[in-house]
Amino acid sequence: MTDKSHDPHQMTGAAMIVRALIDHGVQHIFGYPGGAVLPIYDEIFQQSEVEHILVRHEQGAGHAAEGYARSTGKPGVVLVTSGPGATNMVTPLTDALMDSIPLVCITGQVPTHLIGNDAFQECDTVGITRPCTKHNWLVRDVNDLAKVLHEAFYVATTGRPGPVVVDVPKDVQFALGTYHPPRKSDVHVSYTPRVKGDAAQIRKAVALLAAAKRPVIYSGGGVVNSGPEASKLLRELVDVTGFPITSTLMGLGAYPATGKNWLGMLGMHGTYEANMTMHGCDVMLCVGARFDDRITGRTDAFSPGSKKIHIDIDPSSINKNIRVDVPIIGDAGNVLGDLLQVFRAEAKKPDIKSWWQEIATWRARNSLAYKKSNDVILPQYAIQKLFEATRGHDTYITTEVGQHQMWAAQFFGFEEPHRWMTSGGLGTMGYGLPAALGVQVAHPDSLVIDIAGDASVQMTMQEMATAVQFELPIKIFILNNQYMGMVRQWQQLLHGNRLSHSYSEALPDFVKLADAFGCVGIQAIKPGDLDGALKEMIKVKRPVLFDCRVAALENCFPMIPSGKAHNEMLLPAEATDEATAAAFAGGKALV
Amino acid sequence: MNQPASAYFLEERHDPNETHTLSVLVQNEPGVLARVIGLFSGRGYNIDSLTVSETESHKHLSRITIVTTGTPTVIEQIKHQLDRMIPVYRVVDMTITGRSIERELAMVKVRGRGDSRVEALRLADAFRARVIDATTESFVFEITGNSSKISQFIDLMRPLGLVEVSRTGVAAIGRGPEGM
Repeated sequence: MTDKSHDPHQMTGAAMIVRALIDHGVQHIFGYPGGAVLPIYDEIFQQSEVEHILVRHEQGAGHAAEGYARSTGKPGVVLVTSGPGATNMVTPLTDALMDSIPLVCITGQVPTHLIGNDAFQECDTVGITRPCTKHNWLVRDVNDLAKVLHEAFYVATTGRPGPVVVDVPKDVQFALGTYHPPRKSDVHVSYTPRVKGDAAQIRKAVALLAAAKRPVIYSGGGVVNSGPEASKLLRELVDVTGFPITSTLMGLGAYPATGKNWLGMLGMHGTYEANMTMHGCDVMLCVGARFDDRITGRTDAFSPGSKKIHIDIDPSSINKNIRVDVPIIGDAGNVLGDLLQVFRAEAKKPDIKSWWQEIATWRARNSLAYKKSNDVILPQYAIQKLFEATRGHDTYITTEVGQHQMWAAQFFGFEEPHRWMTSGGLGTMGYGLPAALGVQVAHPDSLVIDIAGDASVQMTMQEMATAVQFELPIKIFILNNQYMGMVRQWQQLLHGNRLSHSYSEALPDFVKLADAFGCVGIQAIKPGDLDGALKEMIKVKRPVLFDCRVAALENCFPMIPSGKAHNEMLLPAEATDEATAAAFAGGKALV
Repeated sequence: MNQPASAYFLEERHDPNETHTLSVLVQNEPGVLARVIGLFSGRGYNIDSLTVSETESHKHLSRITIVTTGTPTVIEQIKHQLDRMIPVYRVVDMTITGRSIERELAMVKVRGRGDSRVEALRLADAFRARVIDATTESFVFEITGNSSKISQFIDLMRPLGLVEVSRTGVAAIGRGPEGM
C-alpha cells in the first residue's frame, strides 16, 4: 500500500487551484476575498509564485483582467467570492464575451450541502453566468477540480477566445483529492475549434481578390486576438495586394495608422473615406470582424455591389448580419498565411490606380476636421496633443465609453496591435480605469493612459486606491465636458435638444479627488496649458488624474445618421443645424 | 416611410418562416439542457417542440430533438449557435437532409358515455390508438405518429369529451443504415 499522505498529487481543492494557476503560467490574478474563497486566499498567502492584485470592487477585477489579457495575449484571471462577488463579475464577463477576451474567473460558492438553500451569500452563479460566458462549471467533487481548471484555461484561450467561470463550493476547497497537471483528455471531445481554413475556399477568395477593381480589406479584433503573427501577415497582404484597408474599433493597430493604405476606422463614427470605400467596393475581404450594427449602418444598403469574403473562427459569425459569398472558417492568422501563399503563387497585384484616385477625392473631404480655438480646449485637439506627447514612449491606451472613446479612436494613431484596450461590443462605461490597471500590471515600465470621460470615470473611480496601493502609475486623462457627451449629442440630434439627465451635476473636483486618493491631480483649462501639463503627467511616476476641461457642447463627427447607409454620412463641415435636423428627421428614437 | 430616428437600423424583415427539425447530440452533464433552452430564449428563437433523453448512457450522450420556426437566416444561426456550445457534438438538420422519420407519442383522456364513448373508441381504432386505461366513463388512448396525425386525432376527440392531453414532443431519426 502506498502512503497517501506523501503523494505530491494529494492536496486540498484550494491548493489545487493555486497549483493549476502556476501550471498554466499565471503570474498575476485580480480579486477580492470573501467567506466562500477564504481557503484559496489562505493558499495564496503561503506562496509567492502568483501575485494577487486586490481591487476595490469585483467589476474592477474583471476589467483589469481584460486589460491584462488584451495587452499580453494571455488569459486574465479573476478570483472572487460567492453571491455579490459573482454577480459583480457579470458586467466584465459579458464585456469579455462580446469582445472575445480570454478570462478565467474562479468564484467561491457556498458548501455543496447548502446549495439551493438560500444560504448567506449564495447565488446561482453558473445559472447567472451561463449566458455571459463561453462555458462554465460548478465543481461538486474535488477530484474533478484539476480537470475542470485545465479545461477552463483551454476553452478560454482557444477558438474564439472568451470568458469562463469555475464555481467551487467551499467544502470542495477544503476537501483532499488528487491533482494532475494539464493533459489533453481534460477537454470535452465535443470541443474542436477549427483553425485551418478550407483550401478550396481560400482559392476562391484569391481569385476574387486578384480580379478586383475596387477592393477593400476590412479587419477586426480577430486579427489582434490571433496574435502578433496575424497582424504581420495582414500587413504583408496589404503590401502584396496594394489594397486599401480599414478596421473596426476593436481591430485598431493591426495595421499601422501611418501605413499608406490606411483609411482610418469605419462605421458610425468612422472616416468618410473608409465608409465610402466600403460602400463602393467590388470585393470586400473581412478578416476577424463580425459586421456589427455600428459598422454596417443600414444593412439592406450595405456595400451593395460587392462580393464578400469573410474569415472568422466562429461559424456563427458567418451570414449573421450580412450574407457573404466566400466564408472561410478558421483562425485569422492561419488563414491569412495560407491566403498569402496562394496569392503569391497564383495572382498578381491588380491594377487599382483609378480606385485609389477615387479614394483620394473622399480623403480630400477631410472628415475629421474640427474648428480649433484659442480659448477652449477642443477634445479632438486634446487627443492630438496627447498623441504627440506620447510619441516615442512605450504607450498603451485604454478608454471608457462615449464621445471621448470615438475621438480617441479617430485621433490617436496606433502602430501596433495589443496597444488599444476599449469596450467595443458591450460599451461598458467604467471599463478603462481598471483595464489600465491590468495593462500596467502586465507592463510595469510602460506608459499606460486611460482616455476617459467625466461621467464614465466615476463608475469605477474607486480603483484609484488599487493603483496607489500597488504603485501602478496609470494616467487617467479625463476629457471633462461636464456632460455624458454621447448621450447629450443624441439628445441634441434625436430628441429636440431636451437634455434629460445628461448633465454631470455635482462633479467632484478631480484634482482634490486625486489628492484624497494619494495620487497626483493635474488640470488643464486653456489650450496653452496642455503641453506643459501633459509633459508633467508623463514625467510623474505615480498614478495621475488629469482633469482636461474641454468644450462642453462639441459633437462627435463624422456620423452615419439613423437608418442611413455608408454613403450618407454627415460630415462635420456640413453639420449645420438644418442639415443635422434633416438627416435625423423622422421622430423620436426607439433606443 | 419615415423611420424613427435611431442609431439602430430598424428594418423589418419579411422573409417567410420555415419549420425545421434539428437533432442535437450532446454530452449529458448538469446544465446542458439549460444551455440549449437559454440560447433559444436569450436570442429570441422559437421552440415548437423539444424532447431530450439520454440515449447512450455509457458514453453519457443525450439526444435533443428540437422543432423550431424561423427565417432561413435564423435557422442557419440556430444551428451554428448550437454547434459552438462546448458540450455539443453534432447538430443535424433533419429537414434539410430530407431523409428522416419523425414521431410523437400522446396520451389522450376522453370522458363520456353512450354514443360519444362508442364513437371515440371507433375513431381510436381508425387512428391505431391503443386504450391504456379505462373506466366506465373514460378512456386514456395512447397514439403514436407524426405531429399532424396526433393533432388531428385530438381535434376529433374534442367534441367527444376530451379531458386532457399529454404529448412527448417530436423525436426524429434518419432513414438508412448510417447514424448521425
